[in-house]
Amino acid sequence: MPPEESDLSLIIAHVVQKLKGSSLYAQLERQAWASLQRPEIRLESLKEDIKEFFKISGWEKKLQNAVYSELSVCPLPSHPAAPPEHLKEPLVYMRKAQGSWEKRILKSLNSMCTELSIPLARKRPALEQKELLNKWNEMGTDEPDLSLFRPVYAPKDFLEVLINLRNPNYENGDSLGFRTHLGLIQVPLKVKDIPELKECFVELGLTTGQLGIDDSTQVPPELFENEHVRIGQKVLVEQDSAAAQQYIRQGSPTALRAELWALILNVSSQPEDVLYYEQLKTNVIQHDLLVDSLIYKVLLCFSRDTSVLGHFSYNSASPPKSYIRGKLGLEEYAVFYPPNGVIPFHGFSMYVAPLCFLYHEPYKLYQIFREMYVRFFFRLHSISSHPSGIVSLCLLFETLLQTYLPQLFYHLREIGAQPLRISFKWMVRAFSGYLATDQLLLLWDRILGYNSLEILAVLAAAVFAFRAVNLMEVTSLAAAEAVLADLSTLKVMPLLQIFLFATVT
Amino acid sequence: MSRVSVPCHVKGTVSLQVGDMRSSQGRPGVLVIDVTFPNVAPFELQEITFKNYYTAFLSIRVRQHTSVHTPTKWVTCLRNYCLMPDPHSEEGAQDYVSLFKHQMLCDMSKILELRLILRQPSPLWLSFTVEELQIYHQGPKSPSVAFPKWLSHPVPCEQPPPLPEQGLPDPSRVSSEVQQMWALTEMVRANHTSTRIGRFDVDGCYDLNLLSYT
Repeated sequence: MPPEESDLSLIIAHVVQKLKGSSLYAQLERQAWASLQRPEIRLESLKEDIKEFFKISGWEKKLQNAVYSELSVCPLPSHPAAPPEHLKEPLVYMRKAQGSWEKRILKSLNSMCTELSIPLARKRPALEQKELLNKWNEMGTDEPDLSLFRPVYAPKDFLEVLINLRNPNYENGDSLGFRTHLGLIQVPLKVKDIPELKECFVELGLTTGQLGIDDSTQVPPELFENEHVRIGQKVLVEQDSAAAQQYIRQGSPTALRAELWALILNVSSQPEDVLYYEQLKTNVIQHDLLVDSLIYKVLLCFSRDTSVLGHFSYNSASPPKSYIRGKLGLEEYAVFYPPNGVIPFHGFSMYVAPLCFLYHEPYKLYQIFREMYVRFFFRLHSISSHPSGIVSLCLLFETLLQTYLPQLFYHLREIGAQPLRISFKWMVRAFSGYLATDQLLLLWDRILGYNSLEILAVLAAAVFAFRAVNLMEVTSLAAAEAVLADLSTLKVMPLLQIFLFATVT
Repeated sequence: MSRVSVPCHVKGTVSLQVGDMRSSQGRPGVLVIDVTFPNVAPFELQEITFKNYYTAFLSIRVRQHTSVHTPTKWVTCLRNYCLMPDPHSEEGAQDYVSLFKHQMLCDMSKILELRLILRQPSPLWLSFTVEELQIYHQGPKSPSVAFPKWLSHPVPCEQPPPLPEQGLPDPSRVSSEVQQMWALTEMVRANHTSTRIGRFDVDGCYDLNLLSYT
């Protein structure tokens, strides 16, 4: 079989394998069995009739959405000779750097454990379990006493690691060469320039309607908004993930956002999802984990969710391992800690907070957050060469600034205010907590629409461009930080549009 | 289609450089790797696989066995195959690559020797090469595939045959179709699902030591 056909067969087999374990598979099976009772299903054309039934009843669409979701999330199986680490991260030096970073985190957590004499995990006594169950619903905003705990790491510690990333095969000489990069990131990853970004984000162009720009009060809604809402409603009726993803590039109407995000992330609301969440809640009640002190409610459930372990096949990071007490080294007593393999850092809860505005049922909020994490957010705090990984985003930001605002970049560098030191914290948190909520949701619409985090780097550069005049006048890092301290009044879509499409270069 | 690895001897890389080799100004941008096949009869090449290490372009020349009277000569079978779309950046730098017979410019039968010519025009990299080189010739054809054939080769929509005048289908046909359906069911039942159960403890216990650094 020629290689192109065998590639397609491999992809099909890969997706089928992934979907086989899903609840959709079981549902399709049940539906197929049930359909045998229907008069239009004939024995001699069984396969074709069932396929036709699936098409009419909407099950084929659900399957299409599931396949589309798999293709968007999981990278395709790589070369057969490539080991699994290669799928997580193809560059050896990046894998090593991620490994060292993880070791530091584990050491920090272990020290916290021994210094405070608090175990990594503890089974709650029955009385405590009962109390926790009773006050579960009030627990939302209560923050536990964190005075003794220091954060496992803060974004600026992570930035220092990224700054020190070096490719051992790269000419890192002192002499200035044609590729000298004046920023902090010194690894030569491929990042897009503005012409490539314009091609990639073509729907953000000046001649395309946008929510966040063309729905402002001065613009009559007949010009764009009404029609856009109508199309959005149609997309929801059709229940087509791919269409929703394309649609949301122009922004989502507030009333449709919760459903649209659920459709794009292929999150359904089956009874088993409610049950799954309740099971996670039970796990929270039964065991108290050291990492709990660092986060709040939805994340408590997230930490117990072993299904999150699946994303480590395409994440350069690996889940920490431990053994049951007294059984060190015995593989049958090896477990992951926390159960989902993700150790939260300072500010991790900012990934969840904006979603609370969209979803009110806890299990729905939970599913959406989990899906957003395993598709996007994990890339913001692991070291990898992926175009949406934090290293690439930092390099993209610095390159955009150095290329298109060279005077500003040079000036800030001269006064000891490397721009990345200010923008890093915005990108690592996907701007959550820095922008006004409605603006943040418009930004996250585009993350979903383009299935990429590159827009975060572009926005960071656009913010610097917007405040360039003030920044040119400052003479210290602290003053530069002050100019960029408050982003809560910014309107993200006009900033992005001007930076990409309306700046004279 | 199965393939069989051919034992080969990969000679050390030879860099091609103009001028004084000992001068430290500039690094070679062209390397040559010779691959010989001692103790192997001339064979037909099916596939070459390797792991790239910062090579941007690859050319391959092959020396083939000819009839007794004509001298063997080198023929280019792959010219400037691009491994790194941007030689200055990391994309493709450490990828695993396969090259097949049908991608070659000439017939790949009766191979005696291979010569790989590696090029890396960017001065940014300290070294470049290819690793884990494996050469394959075609093995015996194997009939089995890992997944059902109907998945990768969907049949076109069949028209149901018209019912005979009496309205009753042929009993032997019905029984064979029921058998088919039964076989499908058995296949589905045999494939267990890969969903995780969701337990993170060991027999109800999650009392842990410290985290381990492996």
